[in-house]
Order: sequence, then structure tokens, then C-alpha cells
Amino acid sequence: MTLADVRDDFPLLARTVRDGKPLVYLDSGATAQKPRAVLDAEREFNERHNAAVARGAHFLAEEATGLFEAARSEVAAFVGAGAGEIVWAENATAAINIVAAAIGNASAGVGGEESARFRIGPGDEICVTEAEHHANLVPWQQLAVRTGATLRWIPVDDDGRLDLDHLDSVVTERTKVLAFTHASNITGVISPVATLVARAKAVGALTVLDACQSVPHLGVDLAGLDVDFAAFSGHKMLGPTGIGALYGRKELLDALPPAVFGGGAVKTVTMESTTWQEAPMRHEPGTQPVAQAVGMAAAARYLTALGMDDVAAHEREIAAILREGVAEIPGARLLGPAWDAEATDVIGLAAVSIDGVHPHDVGQVLDDRGIAVRVGHHCGQPLHRRLGVTGSTRASAHVYTTTDDARAFVEALATVPSFFGVSA
Amino acid sequence: MSSLEQMYQQVIMDHAREAHGRGLADPGLIQVGESHQVNTTCGDEVTLRVGLDGDRVASLTWEGQGCSISQASVSVLHDLVEDHTLAEAEQAMDAFRDLMQAKGEGPDDDKEDLLGDATAFVGVGKYPARIKCAMLGWMAFKDALIQARKDES
Repeated sequence: MTLADVRDDFPLLARTVRDGKPLVYLDSGATAQKPRAVLDAEREFNERHNAAVARGAHFLAEEATGLFEAARSEVAAFVGAGAGEIVWAENATAAINIVAAAIGNASAGVGGEESARFRIGPGDEICVTEAEHHANLVPWQQLAVRTGATLRWIPVDDDGRLDLDHLDSVVTERTKVLAFTHASNITGVISPVATLVARAKAVGALTVLDACQSVPHLGVDLAGLDVDFAAFSGHKMLGPTGIGALYGRKELLDALPPAVFGGGAVKTVTMESTTWQEAPMRHEPGTQPVAQAVGMAAAARYLTALGMDDVAAHEREIAAILREGVAEIPGARLLGPAWDAEATDVIGLAAVSIDGVHPHDVGQVLDDRGIAVRVGHHCGQPLHRRLGVTGSTRASAHVYTTTDDARAFVEALATVPSFFGVSA
Repeated sequence: MSSLEQMYQQVIMDHAREAHGRGLADPGLIQVGESHQVNTTCGDEVTLRVGLDGDRVASLTWEGQGCSISQASVSVLHDLVEDHTLAEAEQAMDAFRDLMQAKGEGPDDDKEDLLGDATAFVGVGKYPARIKCAMLGWMAFKDALIQARKDES
């Protein structure tokens, strides 16, 4: 793909920051910039087609409903799912919470016999990994509190890769749920999904995949990965904020009770009881983020047109510059594995710790040059703790990231130790 | 001086490197208050303990870890209020809060005399995301004072 052409699609990238400095945007792991195709799709919907979906019978309502469901189909196709297997959520955090809260509801008896298969309680175990974003840790930790189940986790090694020596002892017949990230937002490491899914299947556990850092950057086929549930967000894949998606195998989504209750999700309501619609409607009570769904579909279309293989190859090139560059800076420590051109299990980011300099201070020096990065713990306190640091400075790439952007990061980072008088 | 240099003035770098009042101590007083504050953006934290002797801040010690701005700020706070009256401490707190809200504008001469080394934090006011760093210890101090005085009636 021609990079210059891609950048022209993103109006924001043309602006300057901090007294006229060109923007070097390396915070796509937190949120990505949006191409005109996405902005236009949202505006076009609001200007021409906005109406309440799945409720009215008037012309506009039909048109809006059609666009809303077409968006669902497109996003579903983008991740290898069927349209009925995508539930809209506010973001990926909300999507994961739908599964956790619904399991909690099932455990309390909601959904009756139909949902009994999801019940967990004392003696059962919920498994995660030490590499999880808080969004895929805290909901499970709190579900354990709520149900009396026990939370366990697969540890990571010093490189941030899952220590699979512990897989069979952590994921056992007692495990009811195995929730894990597809790609770490800190080390960039891609999890061995097939191995984890095989183990979960062998013990009869449900799998929940946090696909936030994979879907925007790699071609992901959720059905092919054979996970039971997955979550990803719109805004990290060049789409709008306020929209994310929960993927679930249809027969599971149809049996899972709602996490949140309300109108539009129900079949029959009496004063005493309620029956639910099939998925995805049963999981989408209340008015949905319709324009955002249309925008997210436009993002999927945009990425598909670029070709996810090309996107992944481009971001690998950026990863090489970031990770190799960081390794050459005295006093800088790359979190996660050193760059290895043979290893294909790392996405396009680099989180770095500089000896003796706090990430906020590092970020300030970069910001002074117009370089936008993430500083702090990136919602991954346990993983940082495991790697022996409290926080880090992270540069993360997307389709519009240039090799010059990556080099600017490395160059600026190299000035940090001397600025703070901690030269190695 | 660039905005970056204005923010990281030598005074701040020095306080960050050799912070004053670090290490929680037992002040051996009856009126003692302690507060633990966390900056949720970055996880920086400070635990601060004050001991009051009548209307005087007799002791201020703290422990914490964080960026140079947050650490230097507690150090400066220590120098400004320890061995001063509560009224003087309140004045310093008000002046520092005003400085943080001044968007990089320097204080007038009276305030500058009052703030001393803390005047060096003027550059932080240009960066809304960093004001929380600079305020972390001051929030802990404010809370610790409330704790120390809550048995007064």
C-alpha cells in the first residue's frame, strides 16, 4: 500500500501540536485516528438516515434498521463471524463485562434451565493470564467474588510470553472460564490461541478472547480460532468511540442470559416474569449506538480494502524499528521480547522503561517534540509489576504510522537519560 | 527557556533527586494524621504523615514513588510547611493551588516570597495532565491535616 495516500485519509494527522510541531502520533494502541471514510459514514447516517432502529415501521426506521444490521454483518464478516454472533457494546470493556455479568446472572438463577450451563460457584475456577489488561482481569476477579469461584492465572516469563509449563496445572477440570488476551497491549506478544483453546476444550471451559489489540492490526478469524467469546472495540480499529463488539458462538449467545435488562431485548413481559429474544437482540437492551455501528462498519471496510495482511506487514516493519531502536539506547529497557525477525508473535508496539526516569517525565520530553505516546501502566498494573517496573512509555503503530515516526520516537527517547541527568 | 525547560527547572530536578522529608517518622505527638493518595493515571502514590503541636506543623514526613514533578513537589511542600503555623500552611496551600491554575503565569512578588522553591512549578500549570502530579502530595497533606484534627472539638 502507498503510505502517503493512507495518511491523506486521516485529516487529524495533518495538524500540528505544541507550538507548530508536526504531530507524530504513536498512541494508536490507546485509540486510533479515523479516516474520512469513517467520519463521512457517521455523518451521512445522521444527515440522511437517522431513526430508531428495530422499533418503528416508518420509512426512515426501516432504512436505519437496514443500515444498522448491514453494519453488523460487515463487522461480523471482518472477523469471520456470522451476523447473529455480533452483539454491539459500548466498547470492548463493556463487551467483556456482558459475558462476566451474564455468567453471574446465570449463577444467581437468571435464565433458568436454559442458562444453567453457565452457572459457576464455589469450587469452580475462572482462569486468566498475568498479561491481561485490567478490562479482562477485573470483571473475572469480581465475578469470582460474586460467585464464590476461585480466580487463577497463567503466569508469564521474563519476556512477557505465557509460561505454558503451567497451563495444565492452572487450567483443569475445575476451570469454567479461560479468559485471555490475543495480543498484549504492553509487551505486544501474541498469545498461542490454538494451544490455549485446545486445553480449555479438553477440560470443558469456555474461552473469552480479548481481541482489542489484534482485530485492528492482524487478519483475525474468530470462528477459525474457535474461541467461544471475543471482544474488540471500534475506536482502536479506526472506527468511532462509543462502539465495540462482543462476538459469541450463536448457540452460546442464545442461551446466555442478559447482563443488562431493558426494552427491545425481550419477547414477553408480564408483571412476574420475562422471556428473552434470541441473540443478538437479547443482549442489546435500550437504544443502540447506531451511527457508531455504521462508522465501525466503515472502518472494517476501510481496513479490508487496505488488506489486513498488508496492514500486519507494515506494522511489523514499524515494530522492528521501534524495538531494535530501543534496544540500542543505554538505560532503556524494552518490555517483552527483544526483536527477532523470525518471531511472528509480536504486534507493532514497544513499551519501554528508562532507568531512573519516570514514564511521565519521559512522555513529557517526547511531547515537547510533538510525539504522542502512552505513559503509565496502560491498564496493566499486574504485568508491569511482574516485569519489575511500575510503568512504561509505549509507542504503538497503526496503518498510518511511518518509519520516520518510529525513528523520531527512538531519537527522542535517546535524549531522555541525559536530560534528566541519569546517563548510563 | 522552552516550555520543557521551564517545567523541569533545576530546582525541581534537585528536589526530585534529593527529596526532603522522605521516610515516614513517628513524630511522637498526640495529633498525628496520615493520608495515602494515588494518581490513578499513572499509579504514582504518596503516603504522608503530619504531626501537629498546637497550631504548628511540627513534623511532615512521607514515602512515595512517582515522577520527578510529584516527588519534587512533596519535597518542596515539606520545606514550606514543616515548623510553620497552620495558618501559614493554609496560605502556602492556597498559593500553590493558584499557581497550578495560572496556566504558566508567574505569581506576584508577595506570592513568590510565600512559595519560595515552589515557584519553580509555574511551568507545570501549562500542562493540565501534570497538575495532578504536582498536587499529589498537597492533596495528601490536606487530607492528613483533616485526619490529625478530627478529634478536635
